Amino acid sequence: MPLTILAIDDSRTIRELLREALVRAGFQVHLAIDGVDGLEKLDAVRPNAVITDINMPRMDGFGFIRAVRAQPEQSALPIIVLTTESAAELKSRAREAGATAWIVKPFDEAKLVSALRRVTAA
Amino acid sequence: MDHADIRETFFTECEDLLEALHDGLARIEYTLCIGMDAETVNTVFRAVHSIKGGAGAFKLDQLVRFAHQFETTLDALRAGRIVADPALMGLLHRSADQLSDLVQVARAGNDAACPNLLCLTHELAAAAGEDEDNGDSDAEDFGFSPLSLDLDLGGSDLTSGSNGGRYAIAFSPTRALYACGNDTSVLLRVLSDLGRMEVRLDRSRLPDFDALDWQESWLDWQIILETDEPEHQIDEIFEFVEDLCRLEVSPLPEDMTLEETEVGHAPEPPASTVAGPLKKPADEGRGSAPRATVRVDLDRVDRLINIVGELVINQAMLSQCVQDEGVPQRSPMRGRLDDFRSLAREIQASVMAIRAQAIKPLFQRMARIAREAATSAGKQVRLVTEGEGTEVDKTVIERLADPLTHMIRNAVDHGIETPELRASAGKSETGMITLSAAHRSGRVLIEVQDDGGGINRPRVLEIARSKGLVPENAVLSDEETDELLFMPGFSTASVLSDLSGRGVGMDVVRSTIESLGGRVGITSVPGHGTRFSISLPLTLAVLDGMVVDVSGQTMVIPVSTIIETLRPCPADVHGLGSGGQVVGIRGSFVPIVDCGAVFGYRDPVHTYDKSVLLLVETGRQKLCALVVDAIHDQRQVVIKGLETGYGDIPGIAAATILGDGRIALIIDPEGLVELGASPHGPGSEL
Amino acid sequence: MQASATEADLREVVAFRIGSQEFCIDIRAVREIRGWTPTTILPHAPAYVIGVINLRGLVVPIINLAARLAVGAPEPDARHVVIITVVDDQLIGLLVDAVSDILTVSPSAVQPTPQVASEATQAFVRGVIMIDARMLRLLDLAGVRPSPRPAT
Repeated sequence: MPLTILAIDDSRTIRELLREALVRAGFQVHLAIDGVDGLEKLDAVRPNAVITDINMPRMDGFGFIRAVRAQPEQSALPIIVLTTESAAELKSRAREAGATAWIVKPFDEAKLVSALRRVTAA
Repeated sequence: MDHADIRETFFTECEDLLEALHDGLARIEYTLCIGMDAETVNTVFRAVHSIKGGAGAFKLDQLVRFAHQFETTLDALRAGRIVADPALMGLLHRSADQLSDLVQVARAGNDAACPNLLCLTHELAAAAGEDEDNGDSDAEDFGFSPLSLDLDLGGSDLTSGSNGGRYAIAFSPTRALYACGNDTSVLLRVLSDLGRMEVRLDRSRLPDFDALDWQESWLDWQIILETDEPEHQIDEIFEFVEDLCRLEVSPLPEDMTLEETEVGHAPEPPASTVAGPLKKPADEGRGSAPRATVRVDLDRVDRLINIVGELVINQAMLSQCVQDEGVPQRSPMRGRLDDFRSLAREIQASVMAIRAQAIKPLFQRMARIAREAATSAGKQVRLVTEGEGTEVDKTVIERLADPLTHMIRNAVDHGIETPELRASAGKSETGMITLSAAHRSGRVLIEVQDDGGGINRPRVLEIARSKGLVPENAVLSDEETDELLFMPGFSTASVLSDLSGRGVGMDVVRSTIESLGGRVGITSVPGHGTRFSISLPLTLAVLDGMVVDVSGQTMVIPVSTIIETLRPCPADVHGLGSGGQVVGIRGSFVPIVDCGAVFGYRDPVHTYDKSVLLLVETGRQKLCALVVDAIHDQRQVVIKGLETGYGDIPGIAAATILGDGRIALIIDPEGLVELGASPHGPGSEL
Repeated sequence: MQASATEADLREVVAFRIGSQEFCIDIRAVREIRGWTPTTILPHAPAYVIGVINLRGLVVPIINLAARLAVGAPEPDARHVVIITVVDDQLIGLLVDAVSDILTVSPSAVQPTPQVASEATQAFVRGVIMIDARMLRLLDLAGVRPSPRPAT
């Protein structure tokens, strides 16, 4: 049974790149365009892990993570933050919000899989 | 979707992002006086950020570097570290233009260096209050990723255990580790992949059940790992939790073992991931985008439009047959046929709508033209756009680009005065050009209005006289003087700047607009500015036509040009000169143009008691009465190109196919009137 | 009606009559042959352009070849034939009296146009082909179509 990943990014390009890499790595992939969309899809998709961008319209990545963590049944959902910044401040904000791990863009498949392995039972 | 497709996705997305960027900047500028809207700045930031993100994935380094600096400056703006003054807005606009160029360059696949790039990058850095060269942070942010670097370097960096060894690992998770979705069992399993591992659970801290706070982290682990991997591989596994646990990794001598072990299954963490019910593999929401759009090859759309055009014609033919066969009015066939007709029309309208596009991208290009023209002319100009959501046929938009560019440059070069001049006239130093679009009674109205000095009529007259376009002693009204601008040969080269004077005059603008079935007019108030108005058909594929009879020939006149139909009394018609006639309508005299005679179908008639007069307005806002023999019908017709092989036919715009399968010519009233007014008289071309 | 592939130097022509004269054109330029239908008159057209017809949604100008070649110009009626040709991607209909034949000829059979021919014929005829006792005038299609009017 392949693991299901919900990937959230407002950039169509990044979404497609994520899908491509994750599908090739054997994951089942669902996409969402921003935090709100991600939340809406969470229940239907019930992913094993979420990969999310930070800066997005409507609801950003931090907001999304907080909203997820606020739900008791989702408090242990692994959430990987996708960021172009490796700045320590951003990481600590992500951490504060409840992110499980992070990936610095540009990502490749190896990086994605490596991060996913460390947070899921993949 | 393969990589090349995603690359294409990236560039199409860039188009949207650049649009959002230009939009956002315009909005920021517009709302400067009432303070900045944080979300707008965020949108602008995000657009640049997304371009950078995508560009990074495709290793478009030049684009990434510039976008990064741009983003940094925008971030400073967002954080309120710098202020959006006009100078900064100018810089941001130029940077947005540069970003568009870079995207284009990247899309074209050449990595050509852009001359202003470095300069602009430094300007951006300076505006953000940074030291000029922040190449280091560039490299850190996207030159490499910490993760892949680690992998690349293998074991070359760490002292002991570059070839692996035995490690004692003490791991004490905090409560926060679990709260962030981490899972000790996952970590231990990944760790066990590195080699042979012994794990001992240390539950000495676990309190009595009564005192147990189940959310707290009570369990610690002692691990001995025998691995061939370098030590940093261990650190890497704990990368995401290093601040959420106490972790000690120390190399062990070969012979040391754990005194007591609880090997085997990894312990359950306090809050484990509960697998949800099995989900069925739903569709993946492929390509889910903010707006649900499909990108279709234009050829396909055009083929569809052609076929639908045929369908409409076919339907008309069918109706004609039914009519000719004498099918009774009450026959159900008539009703079905009516349904067929409305369905066909509906399909046609829907298909036409596919070709319609918002005029916005064109307007955004104009904003850039205006900026560049203003810079080179040393003027301060603000372009305000209105109605940019107005939808127009794609072909019309494409063919409008050149004339509009010329008009905007004209407005900057000749309309808007220098800042000094404006100041002395009591105006704001920044000139304003308003570019607007709107739907007006089935047509598109586009206006370019400036708040400049207006047309210098004495100067225009002087030029026209010196070029021999008007007689020396001619007395022209203001309107007639303004019209001179559109005359072929009115080359104002002596006053044109290098920008607007690229061999294109307003005469070319007018002929381009007219070739699109449009009209262009001008109004100007000295000291207050000039307004050019362009009126265009919504689409080039269909038009509402008045089907008329001209000397036995069925012809079509665009309804948009017709003001009213008349049946004049003989007393209203007056002779004027040799053969010329005018008709008196509500106190003014309108020249009569006899279609049949002008097209050479018959000799001119002089009484109109058996004719119908159509009062039409031509582009120069002049009225004219066209003589036709009868009016048949008013209907939407599909426009067909008329390729005769010998060039355009004066007075004829195109052709269409009627219900009986015959071709009807579509009259171009403007050309017809010119033809009728030609000094050689009608039919002289034969 | 396809030219034989093995004999590339042979080609098929469509032969037709205008008055008493016989002409021909390369069959590859012929799209279809149809009866005459009333045309829509184009204002200010050259006299040899009869007008335009609707060919399945396409607007096709029709040339009265007799007028173009100055060999008498009868009023077109239902007894006439229209040969729809493609010249440089443009459809043009040729009004002729009758289509007489489809013939296979060798390019070597094409002889230079005799000098006795009128000026108009000289301009539009690329050569003549003798078949039995018949003389086919090979029409220069590109020359026949209406020439762009000089800019006024």
